[in-house]
Amino acid sequence: MNGNIFAFEFFRNAVLASLLASIACGIVGSYVVVKKIGFISGGIAHTAFGGIGLGYYLGINPLFGVIPFSLGAAIAIGLLGRKAKVAEDTAIAAFWAVGMAVGVILIGLTPGYAPNLFSYLFGNILTVPTGDLWMIAMLDLVIAGVTWMFGKEFLAISFDEEYAEVSGVKTTLFYLLLLCLIALTVVILVRIVGIVLVIALLTIPAAIARVFSRSLGGMMLLATLFSAFFSLAGLWISYELDVASGATIIILAGAAFLMVHAGRLIISSRQAR
Amino acid sequence: MTREIVRCDRLGVELGGVRVLRDLSFSVVEGDFMAIVGPNGGGKTTLLRVLLGLQKASEGRVEVFGEAPGSHPEKIGYVPQRLFFDRDFPLGVREAVLMGRMALKTPFQHYSKTDRAAAEEALQLVGLGALGNRRIGALSGGELQRVLIARALAGKPELLLLDEPTASVDPEMKTSLYDLLDELKKSITILLVTHDTGTVSRFVGRVLCLNCGMVMRENPEGTPGGEVARQIYPYPVDLLVHHPSERPESNVKP
Repeated sequence: MNGNIFAFEFFRNAVLASLLASIACGIVGSYVVVKKIGFISGGIAHTAFGGIGLGYYLGINPLFGVIPFSLGAAIAIGLLGRKAKVAEDTAIAAFWAVGMAVGVILIGLTPGYAPNLFSYLFGNILTVPTGDLWMIAMLDLVIAGVTWMFGKEFLAISFDEEYAEVSGVKTTLFYLLLLCLIALTVVILVRIVGIVLVIALLTIPAAIARVFSRSLGGMMLLATLFSAFFSLAGLWISYELDVASGATIIILAGAAFLMVHAGRLIISSRQAR
Repeated sequence: MTREIVRCDRLGVELGGVRVLRDLSFSVVEGDFMAIVGPNGGGKTTLLRVLLGLQKASEGRVEVFGEAPGSHPEKIGYVPQRLFFDRDFPLGVREAVLMGRMALKTPFQHYSKTDRAAAEEALQLVGLGALGNRRIGALSGGELQRVLIARALAGKPELLLLDEPTASVDPEMKTSLYDLLDELKKSITILLVTHDTGTVSRFVGRVLCLNCGMVMRENPEGTPGGEVARQIYPYPVDLLVHHPSERPESNVKP
């Protein structure tokens, strides 16, 4: 790699975006993995495509459109599942598809060409403007702050929701709050890996971290480090090979995930012998 | 005057169109150690869920500590029948027990030194003091059951509700659990759902028999005698040992 690459603002921004996004990814991804709500995260992310369409249609930063759409999807999917007793996967499927459909229609209604559409779908870390970095940092602060304040409640509803309820925890409220944190993480990750690939970065680093962690806090820290490593390594490889950055990050993370679990399988089968 | 801890007055519960409990009236006073027995599907777990505030009553009145169920989570310790969780969940035994202090904290409060000391004490009480650092997924079934009991005791409850705590443990563990409950009953009111009618009769003061959702009877001697057992269970029952223990004044309405 060219030694002066850091002289370019776009590259510095890409590195900073990777590091900042990894914080949200590590914290929220850990909850997604231990609470097994990966597909809700996928549903929230895809629904957010409607927000991107809205951004294009209104001529504003599409990320500002993503925020209400992803938060709305999080609350609606959560409430439908908990209060209206709609099967959660049905609610996810409906929102997933409708959000995408709304996005397609709004982009179609927008006059002219929709620039960078591909980068919102599959991410392009090299196009993160400085303004978005500030937004990512702010969202990181919100996510870390809420987790610090309600860490024991989130742990309780993730480990044993019935016991949390018996202990007087407002489980539905905290579940919705957790889904809102996922929604905010989606906003951050859209820039890095895009809407379609968000689900991978929300689950893979945390899933690998879980294998080596003894506490949820430790898992969050390790997932943050793994996420940062995949993002930076993926960024470097994509730059060297001139391929899509978001997809490279995901393939790298996916390969590590398979290796770790294959290694685990081999070790446990040897021990069984 | 003895304080009333639980009061059910003509309680009825319907789940998915099926009447699980019907016309159930009883009360539990401070210091009671009551076993709830009866065949599967008789409504034992449902009754506990109603008392915990997890299940609404369809009819009748229920009061726990003089208020609607769920009003005083800080006074209740609960041991579920079993815990379904991911064996890979990154959680230490000590942290799991610490969750028993949750009801004493407000959402913004973090666990204090007092909470940690209480959790440690509860771990010692169930004989797991040495396993505090172990990952919860690495425990055996019996050890896990003891962790659930420690979690219920960590909050220093006034009422302990246990749902078949001996279902998945070996005979030795079962004996030590009953010894523990025998000790605890001096300071805590206990409601124990169990199928273990033989052993439990040595420890409990009163027995509530639920069958098809109705109270069959409370045995006046505090033990489910053979005749009662034959009434409740659909298969032949022989109870060979009877050790009636002292019991507080009964106020169960048969």
